[in-house]
Amino acid sequence: MKSEVTIIMDSNSENEMFARIAIAAFITPLNPTIEELNDIKTAVSEAITNAIIHGYADKSGKIFLTCKIIGREVVIKIEDNGIGIDDIKKAMEPLYTSKPDMERSGIGFTVMETFMDKIFVESKKNFGTTIVMSKNLIAS
Amino acid sequence: MQINSAGKDLIVKIDGDIDHHVSSQIKEKVEREFEFSNAENIIFDFSNVNFMDSSGIGMIIGRYKMLQKTGGKIYIANVKPQLESIIEISGLRKIINFIDKI
Repeated sequence: MKSEVTIIMDSNSENEMFARIAIAAFITPLNPTIEELNDIKTAVSEAITNAIIHGYADKSGKIFLTCKIIGREVVIKIEDNGIGIDDIKKAMEPLYTSKPDMERSGIGFTVMETFMDKIFVESKKNFGTTIVMSKNLIAS
Repeated sequence: MQINSAGKDLIVKIDGDIDHHVSSQIKEKVEREFEFSNAENIIFDFSNVNFMDSSGIGMIIGRYKMLQKTGGKIYIANVKPQLESIIEISGLRKIINFIDKI
């Protein structure tokens, strides 16, 4: 099976739920396990939240969400045109947060890394951030 | 979300997903209710929570820090199995009491 969908959404926090439910619905034909579905929904939620509160720092902007199915592999790309990440390595450290006053747990990237098989982060200051992550679903 | 006082406990029953959007609403409401109540502890009832991401973890840790000042405790009740992995990664069990019944 090969299939792809792209969603362009505003960086409103209301859209976090829409994003993860849309992706969950899109991959439903693959019959993922409840665990796989939950892992993917959580990873999407983390990436979208990052784009909203870090990328756009609560200002309005567009988030580009693409999901591709190749066989039983799910590849998800989340792209923003926000402020970018200064130091990706530091941002990905467990418990690191650039916004300690906002009650961020600092484990967003750790969750994405743990719940997905692969994650790739690219960022350019003042141009934005792209996260690509993938997961192979077990045979149904 | 329903918030009720029961003696020294403020019981917060959450319905639905806990993400960044919902976390800020919970934070605001719980802080306000806690201030006006005589409660010392907060019990989160998770029986209707099917999803939580790291924003929810941040919100819980925030309430933990808030109660630390007055010596109160945070309890989380009725956690569904699908929340186990995020709770495990966060290390939340080291500081929060998980219970099966309220």
